[in-house]
Amino acid sequence: MSRGAMDGPRSDGRGAGVVLGGMREELRAVSGLLVLVPALLATRGNVYSSLGARIATALHQGLIEPRVRGGDPRLRSAVAASIANGLLASAFAATVAYVVLWSLSASPASFATLVGIAVLSGLLSGVTLSTVVVLAVFAGYRRGYNPDTLVGPLVTTTGDVFGIAYLLLAVRIVLALGGG
Amino acid sequence: MPTEWSFRAITRALLPVLTVLTLVELGSGFVLGSFEATLLRYPALLVLVPVTIGTAGNLGSVLAARLSTAFHLGTLSFSPTDDTLAGNAVATVGLTLTVFPVVGAGAWGLTALTAGSGLGLPTVVLVATASGAVLSVLAVAVTIVATYAAYRFELDPDDIVIPVVTNVCDVLGVLVLFGVVRIVV
Repeated sequence: MSRGAMDGPRSDGRGAGVVLGGMREELRAVSGLLVLVPALLATRGNVYSSLGARIATALHQGLIEPRVRGGDPRLRSAVAASIANGLLASAFAATVAYVVLWSLSASPASFATLVGIAVLSGLLSGVTLSTVVVLAVFAGYRRGYNPDTLVGPLVTTTGDVFGIAYLLLAVRIVLALGGG
Repeated sequence: MPTEWSFRAITRALLPVLTVLTLVELGSGFVLGSFEATLLRYPALLVLVPVTIGTAGNLGSVLAARLSTAFHLGTLSFSPTDDTLAGNAVATVGLTLTVFPVVGAGAWGLTALTAGSGLGLPTVVLVATASGAVLSVLAVAVTIVATYAAYRFELDPDDIVIPVVTNVCDVLGVLVLFGVVRIVV
């Protein structure tokens, strides 16, 4: 499992960086949000590259068919488990960050705000990333590409871009709903 | 033995690893939080954060994939005079030294266009290049140690080394950026 061409991840890392650079207002408004950024982005990569690797292995072994329609129940439970685990890890990260910052009397934003942002961005990126991973791995496999080599670059690229974009969206929604 | 495809089995396999990795990543989050004021004052540095984090992991995982393959092919020996080992290590450092100045200039240019970078071009390029140089040496060291450890414990480096290297390098990326920013800015 290689993470693929060097240029892909680096250039979209910069794309994610520009969004982060433009998020100064939100980072100021939600104290403790910056602490969560590495954990939330890494969770996307870890969860959905695991999902991708699992699907790729199952395709090689002939356990699942590369078709979305008909809805293989095992595929559905794998996707549901990935999203649920991603949400659990995101909520866990927000909880630990809140408790540590609070005990250091660093006055973080409210617990509900941090957990709300983590869970909402986790849900948005979870739905998008599992759709992208499943569709792209199936399409690649049907066209004769090895799904193992598709998964790494695909997840790093889409994970960073959607991860940070949905984080910004989630912050705006939670702030609009009165968090802070 | 592959994990059974049920919600419960996947969660049992995934959640413990995920919890540990989340704690590791939160460590780098707290370092970021400790120089949040500097990062918010100079957005060019904020742009460098995901780039440095991502690139350290990418460098390490590309080297790890090469070393794992060489290891499986039996063409790798863990000695400083080994051609495969030394060549890949030098190539990784050289790649970083050529790419990071461009990354720094790109970060400066993009923030100058959008938000105003707050720092001069030479400073941002210096921060990027110095971070990259230190990081590439650390990423090479972590990768070689992790591959060697996998070999000693008779584990398949393909399974172990890449997750360990990407997550450790994520944390090192933030630490190195923090150190360089404290010295330079």
